[in-house]
Amino acid sequence: MADVNRGNRPLSPHLTIYRPQLTSMSSILTRITGNALLLGALLVVWWFLAAATSPEYYAYANGWITSWFGDLVMTLSLWALWYHGFAGLRHLYWDTGRGLEIEMAERLGVAVIVGSVVMTVLTLLMI
Amino acid sequence: MAYLTDLKRAVGMGSARDGTEHHWAMTKSSAALLILIPLFIFTFGPMLGRPHAEVVAFYGNPFPAVITALTLVVGFMHFKGGVQALLEDYVHGLTRKILILLTICFSYGAAAAGLFAIAKIAL
Repeated sequence: MADVNRGNRPLSPHLTIYRPQLTSMSSILTRITGNALLLGALLVVWWFLAAATSPEYYAYANGWITSWFGDLVMTLSLWALWYHGFAGLRHLYWDTGRGLEIEMAERLGVAVIVGSVVMTVLTLLMI
Repeated sequence: MAYLTDLKRAVGMGSARDGTEHHWAMTKSSAALLILIPLFIFTFGPMLGRPHAEVVAFYGNPFPAVITALTLVVGFMHFKGGVQALLEDYVHGLTRKILILLTICFSYGAAAAGLFAIAKIAL
């Protein structure tokens, strides 16, 4: 508290000077997937609004969301949901003070990536 | 500046009694979404692409309708908190405030639109 060296202290890490690591990349990807899910979420809301409006408008929205572009967005959103979910689970685990050793953190990172891909494929096969 | 005491510098900067609400709110909503999202995926997923009549009949059931309503509300509130943290990290000053306000309006708007739709379909 007694330091008066304000304004000349170390700044938060400059991401560009760091070699990409599993821990940092899996963390950044959590934020990216969470924010990118906006697009998929809005399409889902649109789909429900269309279903509530009329069969004709539903056919239009449903056709759009099940087009190749809609399929691409929904498939990536599905993966983003699983990824963000597993990464969130990792955060809840970290919040208990466990799993913070570098080796364990990296193993959890691999688990999040592999788990999200596996669950995405399984989900696509099931629905 | 060098003459400021530690107390003088700390006064008005907030007490340690609060400041964790945001983190706790995200923790609560994330725990809820761990349950809601899989339920939503496996109710919404099979319905995507189905005929209108089938979709309306399916969401007339209480379970998928309630799951959808809860997922949209909790999901968009979680989204609101997450985007706010992103903006607080990367955007500064008045722009930050305006973007946070827009995020809040947008999140409530999207959640309300979804709730209206699911209510209209279900009832």
